[in-house]
Amino acid sequence: MSENNIKAKTLTDAQMGDKWRAIDKMEASLTQMPKKKRRGGMKFWRLFGDTTGQIVLTILGIIWIFPLLYLLIQSFRKEPGAFSPTFFPREWTFDNYIRLFRDTPFLRWYGNTLLVAVCSCCITAIFVLSVAYAFSRMKFKARKPMMNAMLVMGMFPGFMSMSAVYFLLKILLPDNYQSLLSLIIVYSSGAALGYYIAKGFFDTVPKALDEAARIDGASRFRTFYKIVLPLSKSIVIYTILTSFISPWCDYIFVSYIMAGVPDVGMYTVSLGMYKWLELEQIQQNFTTFCAAAVIVATPITLLFMWLQKYYVEGVTGGAVKG
Amino acid sequence: MDINYYKLSAGGKFAYKFKQFFRNFGSNIAGFFKRIFMALVSFFRSVGKGFKNFALNFYHGNVLTKLSYFIMGAGHVTRGQAVRGIMYFLIEVGLVLYTMFFGGKYLVMFFENFFTGGNIGRVQTSTSDVWDDDLGEYVTILGDNSFHIVLYGILTIFIIVFFLICYVSSTKESFQLQQLKVIGKKPDTITKDMAHMLDGKFHITLLSLPMLGLFMFTIIPLVTMILIAFTNYDAAHEVPSKLFQWVGFENFSQMFNSNSNLGRTFWRVLGWTLVWAVFATFTSYFGGMLLALLINRKGIKLKKMYRTIFVATIAVPQFVSLLIMSKMLDAGGGTLGSGGGIITQMVEKLFGYHLNFGVDIQTTRILIIIINMWIGIPYSMLMCSGILMNIPADLYESARIDGASPFRRFMKITLPYMIFVTGPHLITQFIGNINNFNVIYLLSGGGPGNNMLYSNGAKSTDLLITWLYKLSLGTDRNYKLASVIGILVFIISATFSLIVYNKSSAVKGEDNFQ
Repeated sequence: MSENNIKAKTLTDAQMGDKWRAIDKMEASLTQMPKKKRRGGMKFWRLFGDTTGQIVLTILGIIWIFPLLYLLIQSFRKEPGAFSPTFFPREWTFDNYIRLFRDTPFLRWYGNTLLVAVCSCCITAIFVLSVAYAFSRMKFKARKPMMNAMLVMGMFPGFMSMSAVYFLLKILLPDNYQSLLSLIIVYSSGAALGYYIAKGFFDTVPKALDEAARIDGASRFRTFYKIVLPLSKSIVIYTILTSFISPWCDYIFVSYIMAGVPDVGMYTVSLGMYKWLELEQIQQNFTTFCAAAVIVATPITLLFMWLQKYYVEGVTGGAVKG
Repeated sequence: MDINYYKLSAGGKFAYKFKQFFRNFGSNIAGFFKRIFMALVSFFRSVGKGFKNFALNFYHGNVLTKLSYFIMGAGHVTRGQAVRGIMYFLIEVGLVLYTMFFGGKYLVMFFENFFTGGNIGRVQTSTSDVWDDDLGEYVTILGDNSFHIVLYGILTIFIIVFFLICYVSSTKESFQLQQLKVIGKKPDTITKDMAHMLDGKFHITLLSLPMLGLFMFTIIPLVTMILIAFTNYDAAHEVPSKLFQWVGFENFSQMFNSNSNLGRTFWRVLGWTLVWAVFATFTSYFGGMLLALLINRKGIKLKKMYRTIFVATIAVPQFVSLLIMSKMLDAGGGTLGSGGGIITQMVEKLFGYHLNFGVDIQTTRILIIIINMWIGIPYSMLMCSGILMNIPADLYESARIDGASPFRRFMKITLPYMIFVTGPHLITQFIGNINNFNVIYLLSGGGPGNNMLYSNGAKSTDLLITWLYKLSLGTDRNYKLASVIGILVFIISATFSLIVYNKSSAVKGEDNFQ
């Protein structure tokens, strides 16, 4: 039935009655659905559903934990080589961890990543929160055009501009453009583009609070610092958490910035560990990779678990806001 | 909605909505362009008004105001705003020096062949070394660097625009100072100005640093790379030894030409990118929703433990989990009994089938989508759990009293509610998956390759974004194609965002600001 038909037809009263009868019928079919047979049957079905659910969930849980468990167990494997035919190693050892800290630059990579993560997360948090506050609370001429421009910019793939950023870094830091400083710049300079979630949150903080403070003579700065920020703990933590974690997980930018650097001591964990799994190295380094992965993943995972509540708030807040 | 709608069958309802969607899609797009047009009109109107005021202020201004049209800040210094005036003056001097000694020549070379096509820059680096008498050895004489010309050209344009804004506002202020003097008021002191930056003009303080970062390392590079798509910058025209040229839309027409190897590759990669994005988004989204329902079910025990397990997989850095996955799925020798990763061997033992991950195209593609579920489902579970809690319980209660089955309750209450609330998020996820570098690159590296079907470094599971990465980093660097792909990804993302943008209530609510 075309939409025109629906709209163009002028309905007579009799026809209208038909429509209503149809709806009544539909509702009736909804309400007069067969009632569940007996209470006993219902109990059975509930029990059946619970058991099935429990079983399905257990299977899913095993599937989900399997790779992580494999990683953990392989880090204690003694026999070398990339692949073992069995899930559990024939011989257990702690050597992989010892080798990791003694014979590889892993500790330096770890320090590098930590430094980059801390610096870029501080800058990112400040940038994101101030941009979000300005767009959420201040009224100025360029507000709407700026927001639109940033929306458009965010739709280009972030990696697209990397070649030009590389050139710029080469011009600005001619002596050490392939350095941790470059990485910090790359991670944090574009941070302002990710202001949406924080702005969405600030929008929900009642504006009456601001107005009350301003009537009492507080400046915008004081209102932001003393009233809005303390009320936005969860979004502050969300911003810090995500920007702290992202350098640990990033491969694409670091591999571009550090391409062709002979000094492996400059790498971050993701780049260094990726190299271990390249074809020439995997046979000797696979178990070391597993050990390193455990060392990297454990603190991040614990941190994430600890602050999970705020992460969920940020994600759902962002999702609902759009 | 018309009442006849309810009489339609389920299929009819779907068809109606489908049609409605595309009908609205047209008007949505039209509305969007209308909005852009209106924005442009108001922009030019305000510029025109600015010019009018600019001229009128000059006409009505006294000598000092007129002077500050030529020497910025002259009006400020002589009327008691010395610091501000000196700052304006320094900006003017800075611009003049910058243009004279640096920006000017780049700007000229940038525009020289911009409209006609041709070399960017004038002097090419000499191919053979030239004898230098002073040094007593052969040296290479460096010519112009085309890339620097594009980069600095854009920088200069932006700096001039910024200067013009400063200039106009300084003349305006100068005229206002003149009027203040007439009515006998004192202008703001510098301390008052500073205090104002933390109050009425706090947004300037808040935005200046982030915008500077954005300007330097996002806007300038982005505009540069967009322009690179209109040049022939690649390995054969590598700077600084060679110059490259403006070529107009040639790269685009090559990319779209489905008779060339490049064009065929592009359409194949684009096709897989869209297929991947659709499957990855929907499997993760519905999987996550079902998982959330399952975990939040009343009778389930050990909820906390299960949730912890699933959340752990989000928390583990992707390069760790994905790399280990790719090794677990390693195909070994590619035949039965040839070893390989732990999963490959397990599947072989259980089903007698050898998984050819990274060898066979179809197997690799399917496995990638499945593994992405491992990554994506917990994420959407986390999101859905929160929203599921918010569905009013009385809805379910009344449905249960009316005797609706659990399946019916899910289809009629949960699903519509979830899709309504998370609809915009679904599109964001879709766009995110189009740009999902990590999953593809770390799992398969884009492989397996096939030289018959793909050219220019692309492989069968490459997305546009991983292809872009390979083109800008690989052995045959092809920046021009990388830029073209970047622009196309933008167009795809923008189209999908447009749908949300016009539908999302969040955007409409934004108009009621304050």
